[in-house]
Amino acid sequence: MTEAVAARPSVALPGLRVSRSAVVCALYILFLMLPIYWLVNMSFKTNEEILSSFTLWPAEPTLRNYAVIFTDPSWYMGYVNSIIYVVMNTVISITVALPAAYAFSRYRFLGDKHLFFWLLTNRMAPPAVFALPFFQLYSAIGLFDTHIAIALAHCLFNVPLAVWILEGFMRGVPREIDETAFIDGYSWPRFFVKIFMPLIASGIGVAAFFCFMFSWVELLLSRTLASVDAKSIAATMTRTVSASGLDWGVLAAAGVLTIIPGALVIYFVRNYIAKGFALGRV
Amino acid sequence: MSEKPVNHRAWFMVLPVVALVAFSAVLPLMTVVNYSVQDTFGNNQFFWAGTDWFEQILSDPRIHNAFLRQILFSGIVLIIQVPLGVYIALHMPKKGVWASVCLILMALPLLIPWNVVGTIWQIFGRVDIGLLGKTLASLGIDYNYTQNPIDAWVTIIVMDVWHWTSLVALLAYAGLRSIPDAYYQAAKIDQASRWAVFRYIELPKMKGVLLIAILLRFMDSFMIYTEPFVVTGGGPGNSTTLLSIDLVKMAIGQFDLGPAAAFSIVYFLIILLLSWVFYTVMTAEDAKEAKQ
Amino acid sequence: MARITLSGLAHSYLPRPKVPQDYALKRIDHEWEDGAAYALLGPSGCGKTTLLNIISGLLRPSEGRILFGATDVTDMATAERNIAQVFQFPVVYDTMTVYENLAFPLRNRGLKGPAADARVREIARMIGMEDRLDQKARGLTADAKQKISLGRGMVREDVNAILFDEPLTVIDPHMKWELRTQLKALHRQFGHTMIYVTHDQTEALTFADKVVVMTEGEVVQIGTPAELFERPAHTFVGYFIGSPGMNLLPATVEGSRARLEGGEVALTRAYPALSGQVEIGVRPEFVRLGSEGLPVEIRRVEDVGRHKIVRAALAGRALDIVAPEGAAIPAEPRVRFEPGAVNVYADGWLVEGTPREREAA
Repeated sequence: MTEAVAARPSVALPGLRVSRSAVVCALYILFLMLPIYWLVNMSFKTNEEILSSFTLWPAEPTLRNYAVIFTDPSWYMGYVNSIIYVVMNTVISITVALPAAYAFSRYRFLGDKHLFFWLLTNRMAPPAVFALPFFQLYSAIGLFDTHIAIALAHCLFNVPLAVWILEGFMRGVPREIDETAFIDGYSWPRFFVKIFMPLIASGIGVAAFFCFMFSWVELLLSRTLASVDAKSIAATMTRTVSASGLDWGVLAAAGVLTIIPGALVIYFVRNYIAKGFALGRV
Repeated sequence: MSEKPVNHRAWFMVLPVVALVAFSAVLPLMTVVNYSVQDTFGNNQFFWAGTDWFEQILSDPRIHNAFLRQILFSGIVLIIQVPLGVYIALHMPKKGVWASVCLILMALPLLIPWNVVGTIWQIFGRVDIGLLGKTLASLGIDYNYTQNPIDAWVTIIVMDVWHWTSLVALLAYAGLRSIPDAYYQAAKIDQASRWAVFRYIELPKMKGVLLIAILLRFMDSFMIYTEPFVVTGGGPGNSTTLLSIDLVKMAIGQFDLGPAAAFSIVYFLIILLLSWVFYTVMTAEDAKEAKQ
Repeated sequence: MARITLSGLAHSYLPRPKVPQDYALKRIDHEWEDGAAYALLGPSGCGKTTLLNIISGLLRPSEGRILFGATDVTDMATAERNIAQVFQFPVVYDTMTVYENLAFPLRNRGLKGPAADARVREIARMIGMEDRLDQKARGLTADAKQKISLGRGMVREDVNAILFDEPLTVIDPHMKWELRTQLKALHRQFGHTMIYVTHDQTEALTFADKVVVMTEGEVVQIGTPAELFERPAHTFVGYFIGSPGMNLLPATVEGSRARLEGGEVALTRAYPALSGQVEIGVRPEFVRLGSEGLPVEIRRVEDVGRHKIVRAALAGRALDIVAPEGAAIPAEPRVRFEPGAVNVYADGWLVEGTPREREAA
């Protein structure tokens, strides 16, 4: 092909030509997918097959492992609980972060820089440091083992992050837009909801994505703050490992099911990912 | 950029955030500080212990070792992940269906709960049932992460690379995407080599996101708990007991509240300090230029 | 340096173009003479930049060949073509100093030492940055950055051609004039082939020996500024160049007479029977306002300093007239068209016709 010597050889026709870029990407993705493939593979096997033979493909595919999870409330309620507190956390984080990010992006006020930095330091706080005090605090006020407790605890690192991301996006919106709206007689709340929020919709999406992500993947705090009623799927999994020993098939199936919500979320925000990571802060 | 107007009433807008974060950060932190300077014989009776716990923590060889392991872990992880992430970002498709496919697949490990990441690698590396462990064993390599400290280290590092390199890659990719085509065209016209394009166009434009990537990776790797805990439980022996694992052992396992609290504070301060050092060093050049 | 030949060149951004509208650049055959200064003029989106990028090799044409001298460079990479190009928006290497930026193209070709140094300093003097050579390029203003881009484009002496893609868009008006003058001086001094893309007719007409006018992916005329003014090959050229543009009036042409709605006009050339949409075009500069000829209705008079622009209507169709400053507007205004300045167009394209020697004499 003469195309090969043209100005942009590597990315013009995806997949058709084996370029070095494609090889690098393919190898990396292979590296990422192998362990996941193994987990999925195992989730369709019986325990006997897992332990006795080494097969790259389930010899007798079975849905038993999934059936266990979907019929046992102590398993499936783990998912429900996780989703409840993750959504609560995302809603709370974004709601409080929006006005704060607006303030940081639009005004200077007493102690603004210090406040911003202090917020960010909370992103650096190791959850292990907070595990025990959280346990005591929430026990003391009777919130132990509730969804709201975990949602609030996750605000520790998600609110600073949401403020930071949203501030980056808001800074990209010219201040003239606010001024024009006020001149046109908009009140601040109406302006904020009707005009400003649509302008930074992708920013809100990105911030929500990150809140969802960090709340969904966190284990230490969610495990410390719940015992039964608000027990997350992650905690359910760790306890099953120690208690029932080696039901590898069910463990693998549970693992596969925790990947699915994340995969769905990524699929919906895929076009914003690159933009969101840039955060308008470069 | 034009100056922002001064408006102290903006405080009302940040108030909810301050209240919320104060509730979930300051109150617990005060508890920690409180414990760190007191001792108890049980029965909720506390007495002043001064700086005893801090002295004990700072002179404890167990914690020194955990700290050194932590530095080693974070160092290795950064040295591998940052260049690898940049290298991958440079090779990602820039548009089209394949770009979306790459983004989705690469972001996948980031959204897996951390204990599941641990579980995946625990299974994957097992010599009896794991693809990796079994393959290595059949190749005649003596690999066993539950017995051999070196193997355990390799496993948790490969796992962290697996888990987090995509974050660096996606950040770097976002930085690369913000470079206008004209820069690449100009470089071609100027007959710049591939290396020169990277050195003088791509790297400077990625600097901002790379700073974020390094800070995030440093902080998160320094706080890592769940994944290595699930895979190795800190073992064999104490060989993979990183700071967080040690802290949780101390606080919840042994219920040594005083030392654990002192440990927490020192730990937190170290992260703050190191993050500040990173930030200052990496932005020092900009500051110098700004002064000119 | 070399003559650049475009042969059967066309480009479409679509994989399988079918109708002419699919082409961003329609078929073109042209030779750019060695050492000439060309301007590529046309409105935004007419394919100028596409053509430029094909010449520099940033884009591979979907059809046709491109030759530098006798060498076919169609499949050659940009670097092998040895071309310089300056882009619309400033491209500078932020982390380098001004000096390093200017020296960059030379270093990449392995040119170092006192000769290269002298060259860099000469260029720096030309763009007025010799006192800022050691400054980092990043804190500079947009115009300073664009001057560096221009400098980088001109620093190599052995290039086949220098291409400019609307390079003065971000430059201050007074600096624009100065830089354009310097570009011209540079052209005279070194004799590089220069191709200058712009949508500004003043820029094109003052810079170039020859102007290439494009619209909708098609080259409609290549000529000297005088040719574009006097005999626009296409109604688009007539309309786009000149201020105000050429007047176009629908007409029927028989032999050497054109019949308009408002009367008849004598032509200096004879035409065969024409099909399609026939118009006559006459520039406002060649319309004489007086008391004889075709009756017009004056709508507005604009005084623009050295002359007046009279906005009139001939049988309901707009007609612009350029009148000398002191000229009086008659009570019953009529217009005459200067003989020889009336062009005939069929479906937009100029019809040459045959000169009528006898009557013209």
